[in-house]
Amino acid sequence: MAASIFSSNPTLASGPNYSFSQAANNAAAGVKEHSFYPYTDNGGSTLGISGSDFAILAGDTRSTSGYNINSRYAPKVFKIGGDDETGEGAHIVLSVVGFAADGQALKERLDTIVKMYKYQHGKNMSVKACAQRLSTILYQKRFFPYYVHAILGGIDDEGKGSLYSYDPVGSYERESCRAGGAAASLIMPFLDNQVKNNNQYIPGSGEGHELVARKAEPLPKEEVVKIVRDAFTSATERHIEVGDGLQMLVATKDGIEEVYFPLKRD
Amino acid sequence: MNHLPQAWGRPRDDIYGAYDHSYLQSSGPITHTQKPVVTGTSVLAVKFKDGVVIAADNLGGLRKSCTDLLLVNADIWVEASYGSLARFTDVKRLRSFNSTSVIGIGGDVSDMQYIDRLLNSLSITESHSSDGHILSAANLHTYLSKVMYKRRTDINPLWNQILVAGLDGDEKPFLASVDLLGTTFSSPTLATGFGAHLAQPLLRQVVGSEEDVPSITREKAVEAIKECMKVLFYRDARSIDRYSIAVVTKAGGVELKEDEQLEGQSWAFAETIRGYGTQVA
Amino acid sequence: MFRNNYDNDAVTFSPQGRIFQVEYAQEAVKQGSVVVGIVSKTHAVLLGLKRNAEELSSYQKKIIELDSHFGLALAGLASDARVLSNFMKQQALASKMTYGRPLPIERVINQIADRAQWNTQMAGKRPYGVGLLVAGVDETGPHLFEFSPSGMTQEMAACAIGARSQMARTYLERHLSEFEGASRDELVKHGLRALKESLAQDKELTVENTSVGVVGRAADGKRKIESFKLYDGPEVSALLDASLESTDVPAEGGPAAETGAATQGDPSTAPGDSMDVDT
Repeated sequence: MAASIFSSNPTLASGPNYSFSQAANNAAAGVKEHSFYPYTDNGGSTLGISGSDFAILAGDTRSTSGYNINSRYAPKVFKIGGDDETGEGAHIVLSVVGFAADGQALKERLDTIVKMYKYQHGKNMSVKACAQRLSTILYQKRFFPYYVHAILGGIDDEGKGSLYSYDPVGSYERESCRAGGAAASLIMPFLDNQVKNNNQYIPGSGEGHELVARKAEPLPKEEVVKIVRDAFTSATERHIEVGDGLQMLVATKDGIEEVYFPLKRD
Repeated sequence: MNHLPQAWGRPRDDIYGAYDHSYLQSSGPITHTQKPVVTGTSVLAVKFKDGVVIAADNLGGLRKSCTDLLLVNADIWVEASYGSLARFTDVKRLRSFNSTSVIGIGGDVSDMQYIDRLLNSLSITESHSSDGHILSAANLHTYLSKVMYKRRTDINPLWNQILVAGLDGDEKPFLASVDLLGTTFSSPTLATGFGAHLAQPLLRQVVGSEEDVPSITREKAVEAIKECMKVLFYRDARSIDRYSIAVVTKAGGVELKEDEQLEGQSWAFAETIRGYGTQVA
Repeated sequence: MFRNNYDNDAVTFSPQGRIFQVEYAQEAVKQGSVVVGIVSKTHAVLLGLKRNAEELSSYQKKIIELDSHFGLALAGLASDARVLSNFMKQQALASKMTYGRPLPIERVINQIADRAQWNTQMAGKRPYGVGLLVAGVDETGPHLFEFSPSGMTQEMAACAIGARSQMARTYLERHLSEFEGASRDELVKHGLRALKESLAQDKELTVENTSVGVVGRAADGKRKIESFKLYDGPEVSALLDASLESTDVPAEGGPAAETGAATQGDPSTAPGDSMDVDT
């Protein structure tokens, strides 16, 4: 009578029992494996370039899950701190790519903070302050991060275009250009070459080490728009998660202008 | 009956085997839904010039839909007991809200019923303060997306994908989706579950982009949806031929029919399929 | 000597059925400088007369923007108004966040009314010492609400609260029929004239002491609302010029007729001398 009839009830196990025995599946201590994974990748790509008196943030408008296209128009670039309906009065732009739900939540949180700042201080938050604040928002969720690559842009206190890029847990840096998302590895080297003039030399300036590298100079806005369009048409060709539409937000001292170009929908 | 009162009313090990404690989780960290149990499958919707058409079949299977599982994680496939039992054949998966919107819910049916209760209470609080403010479909979608995102952030998801169809604040057609992760998107045509693979391409042939919407009539939209329901019934093993369909317009409000029968089926194509059953190819 | 035994707290009725603490709180509203609000079919305006506690101090804010679709004007304890306005601001943001819709004005009014009422029924609490005019536009159009420390709220077509506000109310009552169809500019004009009625003898409306807030339905089809716009400081000057110099509003009897002579005040004499109570 040693075996337990009530293998399910350890306190009874020492008492009288059935003769039939079966190894108790007493796995209570073991943890059932979680099969819910709270993240997904919604694809797409973003890119930002700053100039002498402007900053451009761009993103494609495709939203994917796996091989499916969720939507052909799901913006990744947002105006921050403006009127809800029209975005009027905004002076900061944000792009988020990665897990779209986190991106949306992050954008709404930053937007609320920038609005609260204006309400409490009676003036707009500077891009520098906003950039720092975004970093702390991301870092506060260090152990359950917003799974996004964020880029923030605007005009700094000196009237120059400024651009900040972030990793998902809040490390950030001011840069002249940055690509994010699915096609970042395709676009970034192109930007290094075309915006920072990496690996460009002045023809005929010498042989071997004598060759003079071409210095990077702030590009005019029209030139930057061309570079952005080229970057995205090329990324659309080579990356399946990029396409459908290209949305650009151009921040200048006069406000934020929105531009849209169609991309291939295949 | 035996002489051990402790045993009365309890399953006997010699008949049922030892109780599997892992289901009870008397210790260890708190865990929440890891997998859907009773599921519904595709919900389809398409915008047209005056509103939106939305449809879903009336089946609730026991962890039934392969496509709902695609949403989640391959691990779920492992435990496939009762995998595709068509358990409930009269599950209404469309629900109207406020006469401006209809939502269609795919995924876990118990979570759907919870959402239904949630919306009932929202509807009551909203109509209680009767000051002429009505939550539009867009407002409802925002609300649901916050609920879904909050639950995923608590690692306690509502295992659904929801389509919200109706009219927005400007009384223009509105259609958007939110899923168990809180991911949201909007498009002139949407489909969940198996429909995302089968029906969405067919619907996109009818309404390719937002610019096409003003030229789509109600008749054309309804026909496209019905055709897709038929294709789904042909090709999705986990679907049935009874479905719900709703049309939301400004003029007509919500017209919801919950017990429709698929019409004009033709299984002639089945004759030509070789390689199954007893025929020799 | 007679002493009122029924005003030690806000939870005791006097034998006459009055709650003195609440009435005293309403006195605090009357001590605050005047604010005026008017609505038309398309717009809602708030106007306030600002005071400075002393010559060297700044002017107390009278109009606060709460969200792009509504704002408030206050009379009474400014700090109590700040607490309430912070709450309303939070509610407005929460509404945008959870439903993506502008917070309905009546809802938020009911919320602050409940808060105020709670303070009149709890031992150890003090009623809010501030009256508010809340004006805004929501999905059902422009609205103006009056809020008082008792927790009473009312939707108004036009209203004035604060010191000497009776004069402004008289003006508003006299011109009531003109408000509904009034344009944005006409509404501001009426508001400023009503405000002017309440001024003490030696006072003028100046760019320093006048605040104007306007919100309305947008005229163009692009969007639904014309966002709350607060005119403060130099921006007010154009409104003052337009409103107080012209005489095109037909004067019905006394008060309106006098406005013709009024001009923008001389700044050197303007700032609040002899103001005994600050708000």
